[in-house]
Amino acid sequence: MFYGTPLPGAEQEDYSGKLIVVEGTDGVGRSTHISLLRTWLESRGHAVLDTGMTRSVLAGRGIKEAKTGHTLGRLTMQLFYATDFIDRLENEMLPALRSGFIVLTDRYIYSAMARAEVRGIDSGWIRSIYGMSLVPDAVFYLRIQSAQELVTRVLASGRGFDYWESGRDIHLGEDFYDSFIAYQTRMLQVFDRMSSEYGFHVMNASRSVRSVAADLRRSVAKVIDDPPALEGSAPPAKMKSSEEPLRKSTPVSPTEKLEKSAGS
Amino acid sequence: MISYGSHRFPGKLFVVEGTDGSGKSTQLALLYQWLKAEGYPVFYSEWNSSPLVKDTTRRAKKRHIFTPATFSLLHATDFADRTERDIIPPLKAGAIVLADRYIYTAFARDVARGCARDWVRDVYKFAVKPNVGFFFRAPLDIAVERIISGRPNLKYYEAGMDMGWSDDPEESFTIFQGKILREYDSMVDEFGLTVIDATRSIEKQQREMRTIIERHLKKRRFKAH
Repeated sequence: MFYGTPLPGAEQEDYSGKLIVVEGTDGVGRSTHISLLRTWLESRGHAVLDTGMTRSVLAGRGIKEAKTGHTLGRLTMQLFYATDFIDRLENEMLPALRSGFIVLTDRYIYSAMARAEVRGIDSGWIRSIYGMSLVPDAVFYLRIQSAQELVTRVLASGRGFDYWESGRDIHLGEDFYDSFIAYQTRMLQVFDRMSSEYGFHVMNASRSVRSVAADLRRSVAKVIDDPPALEGSAPPAKMKSSEEPLRKSTPVSPTEKLEKSAGS
Repeated sequence: MISYGSHRFPGKLFVVEGTDGSGKSTQLALLYQWLKAEGYPVFYSEWNSSPLVKDTTRRAKKRHIFTPATFSLLHATDFADRTERDIIPPLKAGAIVLADRYIYTAFARDVARGCARDWVRDVYKFAVKPNVGFFFRAPLDIAVERIISGRPNLKYYEAGMDMGWSDDPEESFTIFQGKILREYDSMVDEFGLTVIDATRSIEKQQREMRTIIERHLKKRRFKAH
């Protein structure tokens, strides 16, 4: 139930809720899909809690303040995020799961670990810290083909490049564009590696919102054992057009396989 | 990321540890004065002092929203900031860094609160190993007496009230300090801590510390005058 050392005082327990993770790099549409899923689940009579990074009562504000300055170090940042995560795990996610909620989380430990890894931080160290987390019932990874595709989305959203999303703290490029491409490309590589390690359900996020949402609904329905008979009561936005089958984890290329076995 | 024990810096790191009321801060202040007077560049760094984390810790303590895990992680965040900002740069520059409480405080308190020993040690793996870690050892009853007599009200987390061991702050504090002391004792060998008998006179303790520290400074003297 936990990836590593359990939370202090926690016991192995069966909870009646489901923990569903939506992962992906910046700008792939995670929050859009979470809000669609939430509405859909609630319309079907499920209680939903949604949560995401830096939303903890304990550390959310502190992290946001620290990120506006220029003195937040790499290790400090990882631990601050871990504090935020564990606070939400203990005080939001676990109680909701025990009460039978469906917990939808916008990112989980994988984003945090990927960010650490891209910043050259010992992956054994960060994994040990996050060992305290629950193994989710499902992880849906919204996968995009390339960092270039993300740039288009970031620009279309009108918010422009963000300092941290562009990895400016690790000096990867001359300007925001170069830095963003280099940083997000590395993030995509780390996520691909994690896909097989953690058994992500990979969703092709380059498609329209409608077809990704339809895929997500179908997959989530399986996870929560929702009888298909209820399908008719879904809200009008239901999408049956895309029937792309769900893939469990990305196919690993032969070179990656070699690297993996050489590393282990 | 460089792990504990693998850093190589020209500077020296001396830390003091011990239960509340063991007199370690007094000793460190005397050490600071002496080293300054000797002409060394000296930096002082205190537990729980990161400007980035301070406000978060204060709010959480006030509102009693810590659990053992988040108490541990937020203190580790604070310590990481100090390491990245106040400890590693002066050590690289060849200065002396004096730390009032170090990772062993976290190991003692967090384990007393129920965190797994190995997990807490992993979290702090990035810490610089001190040249000397002084452990000011005072018997439980003396340490508890020193704190309780000097303070009308024990603070909530200081007394370990979050653990529900007792509704009485003094009793809870005594239980908590007992657990902490046991952890410290077990760390003496594990981390090679230098035990100072905190029941002796202030002057005697200080002389002993200076003798030990001089051995580490002999090799490189960089007097300002």
